Amino acid sequence: MDWDIVIGLEVHVQLNTKTKAFCACKVSYGDPPNTHVCPVCLGYPGSLPVLNRAVVDSAIKLGLATHCRIREYNTFARKNYFYPDLPKGYQISQYKDPICYEGYVDIAVRGEQKRIGLTRIHIEEDAGKSMHGEDGTLVDLNRCGTPLLEIVSEPDIHAPEEAYTYLNTLKQIVRYTGISDCNMEEGSMRCDANISIKPKGRKALGTRTELKNMNSFRNVERALKYEAERQRKVLESGAAVTQQTLLWDEQSNQTKAMRSKEDSHDYRYFPEPDLSPLRIDDAWIGRIRSSLPELPDARKKRFTELYGLTEEDAALLSSEKEIADYFENSLQTFNNPRLTGNWVKNEILRILSESGKSAAESPVTPAALAGLLQFLHNNTITPQTAKTVLDEMAATGKAAADIIRDKGLEQISDSSELESLIETILKENPAECERYRGGETKLLAFFIGQVMRGTKGKADQTLTRKILEKKLG
Amino acid sequence: MPETIRRFLDACRENKALNTMITVNEAGLRQEYAAQKSRKGLLSGKLIIIKDNINVKGLPCSCGSRFLKDYIAPYDAHVIERIREAGGLIAGKANMDEFAMGSSTEYSAFGPTLNPVNPEHVPGGSSGGSAAAVAAGLSDYALGSDTGGSIRQPASFCGVVGLKPTYGRVSRYGLTAFASSLDQIGPLTRTVRQSAELLQVIAGKDARDATSSDIPVDDYLSALERDEVQSIGVPFHLLQEGLDPEVKVRFDETVALLKKQGKQVLDVSLPHLKYSIAVYYILATAEASSNLARFDGIRYGARQSREAESINEFYSQNREYGFGAEVKRRIMLGTYVLSSGYYDAYYARAQKVRRLIHDDFQKAFREADVLLLPTCPVLPFKLGEHVDDPLAMYLSDIFTVSVNIAGIPGISVPAGSSDTGLPVGVQILGNLYQEGRILQLGQTLESLR
Ligand SMILES: [Zn+2]
Repeated sequence: MDWDIVIGLEVHVQLNTKTKAFCACKVSYGDPPNTHVCPVCLGYPGSLPVLNRAVVDSAIKLGLATHCRIREYNTFARKNYFYPDLPKGYQISQYKDPICYEGYVDIAVRGEQKRIGLTRIHIEEDAGKSMHGEDGTLVDLNRCGTPLLEIVSEPDIHAPEEAYTYLNTLKQIVRYTGISDCNMEEGSMRCDANISIKPKGRKALGTRTELKNMNSFRNVERALKYEAERQRKVLESGAAVTQQTLLWDEQSNQTKAMRSKEDSHDYRYFPEPDLSPLRIDDAWIGRIRSSLPELPDARKKRFTELYGLTEEDAALLSSEKEIADYFENSLQTFNNPRLTGNWVKNEILRILSESGKSAAESPVTPAALAGLLQFLHNNTITPQTAKTVLDEMAATGKAAADIIRDKGLEQISDSSELESLIETILKENPAECERYRGGETKLLAFFIGQVMRGTKGKADQTLTRKILEKKLG
Repeated sequence: MPETIRRFLDACRENKALNTMITVNEAGLRQEYAAQKSRKGLLSGKLIIIKDNINVKGLPCSCGSRFLKDYIAPYDAHVIERIREAGGLIAGKANMDEFAMGSSTEYSAFGPTLNPVNPEHVPGGSSGGSAAAVAAGLSDYALGSDTGGSIRQPASFCGVVGLKPTYGRVSRYGLTAFASSLDQIGPLTRTVRQSAELLQVIAGKDARDATSSDIPVDDYLSALERDEVQSIGVPFHLLQEGLDPEVKVRFDETVALLKKQGKQVLDVSLPHLKYSIAVYYILATAEASSNLARFDGIRYGARQSREAESINEFYSQNREYGFGAEVKRRIMLGTYVLSSGYYDAYYARAQKVRRLIHDDFQKAFREADVLLLPTCPVLPFKLGEHVDDPLAMYLSDIFTVSVNIAGIPGISVPAGSSDTGLPVGVQILGNLYQEGRILQLGQTLESLR
């Protein structure tokens, strides 16, 4: 039997606001435990939450970037449960009326565009961290009260690979809006999934299971693959899928059932009486809309249409806002989109990954790259030389012009100089000359290589080829 | 030592048997006096007694609970900052029903407070310590908190003045929450003018309480000189049954006095008020069950040293030890009404009826400038009389809880005594932010006695 897979994802994104959602403590990562806490986020008696409006700004931003409707009257709710890293015994969240709803994200699946609906995006506060050790559990409340957005997708995802692509696309959008760095390792992006399968074409959904504890997009994909297959086997054996929460175990590449006790929460949601309803008017939404950058989809489209880049190059160069900005900044100085695109995609990304820096802090500035590419474009240097120069620019911060001048790296385009060098090379390799003349024309590359070696890569390739063909012909 | 402080400390010693105070700020008072001496303000040099659920930095804040017996507040409540700015001195912390849940101050882990008028009777609650301290003459000024009558009912039982402000008029920052949508801090004082002074100091917007209002604060002392009230609404339909005859007599007397002053007395209808006890005990317990979840013994408060098998057992041990029976009862009630499957039948419906009660009052205030009711349908009961019958105790809140449900202000002023000398109070209710108006009429009644 053929089966349809139905997947829904719940993504938590930790916002990079300066302060926490409901108190003035700094949002931090990696600081000594319990150094960013106050009576409010510690849940001391008598303390009260006050909403950080920057959190609302971020929520509206993401809502607009994902085509959501923004709710005018917002309320908050308490989600009640006991846990040592939850000092108040409840999380302030939104329940019935999320701030953003009815949105979507377009993803590219096997060359086709597919639309994934978003049910809702809501604001909530994070809990602290429990560290379970041999002598007991220690609690760090620095993270407690940090603002989160929870993004819930419609059951529109029908394959584990689509889930992977959706997460990547969502991450791109979130990073473009600048509200979070979406780092799954640091926990600033987290993802839970639910999955069910049903006989192909049937309308009614099957029993779903929930998957937790996936710490990378690939693991989300793996866990979903594993779980779809597990459910298929269960159903094909004639048994029924049990509704339960499963944990992904990275070591064994399996999902494992959580103890049922931890699974049976009744959160007793009710309206948060300490916060007044929040009204978001059109002016507020307009202010946020005008602050939104061009989003990845639109930018990619513009890159293909305006610059004539291939789909693939446009997608790559628009994947991160900083990279796209880098590319376009470089064009400001030297407008050759294809050449610049190639160099950003191949060389700049390599340099960034080697130096562990972001495009915004690239050791070679966009203008410096443009300077280099101008020399390449007007044949002052060869592509090979250009790469060497770029590495030196990255290492020393010097301008291309200075490096080329100081090291005498200008391309050799003087035909008499090249002719005499080629004469010598042909004399030194009589056997190869013979074979070439006997029809083994691919040996031309060998001779070009010899010339390049003799000139330290500075020889003009086109001219070299022309002279070689003439002398060997 | 300044005379005022010496007199207060003497009074504390003389009235020790009444058990009005949990903490006397004996050491701190002298320092406060030294620091405040030069400060001129409405409360300059005055000693203010604080209910023990309002946080004062460095002093215990037990909330009348064994759970917080040794808890020292790490910060000052907004009202404490305001009192100090106005030159007031923090005299100490008054006894109360545990976490403000009760109407008699018998549910305190520190033992019951006795009514100074007659020590065989309760002083009311939950701000019974504050009311009794004022009645016994420890100080003329105290703060209480009122969630369903916890300022007005003890004021009535002890023969003092007690005012619950409009919800949002006084910042709750630093008031240990019982039911967040109903709680307000307010004054308990010997005279109406003193209540006006204390309210003047503590009222106003505080950025740390998102529910506090930025509507400008009235000048309550000049409001006392105005004569705004022409018509007084009385919901006579609520006074037909369940009222102690002596309370009825004092109430009717008050109505007659006001008529004699030329006030127009109107019959008004509050048809949904009969649901207020049910609404109150759903909303208040629901919020309390969540507000009290923080008392888990992890960061502060009672922590049992016994080994626990699981984290849930650890919580149970601490909470079982730390909380009294009434608090447990209300946490269980609140947890129940919020539970999945029951929410719509209880909490959601109570919210709807809350709206109707609010609308009843709004309609009544279109007919009358203020409303008049007995504060409590019964006389101060005897110690132990209701302690095993929580429902009877809950029902005595009928005239006070609806005021919190509607968010409006109310003041209880003395209206004489029963034949046996037990105090009776009447309650004047105003529309939202009309504290000035009810204070003024309260003062009129005070002057007629
Ligand atoms: Zn904080």
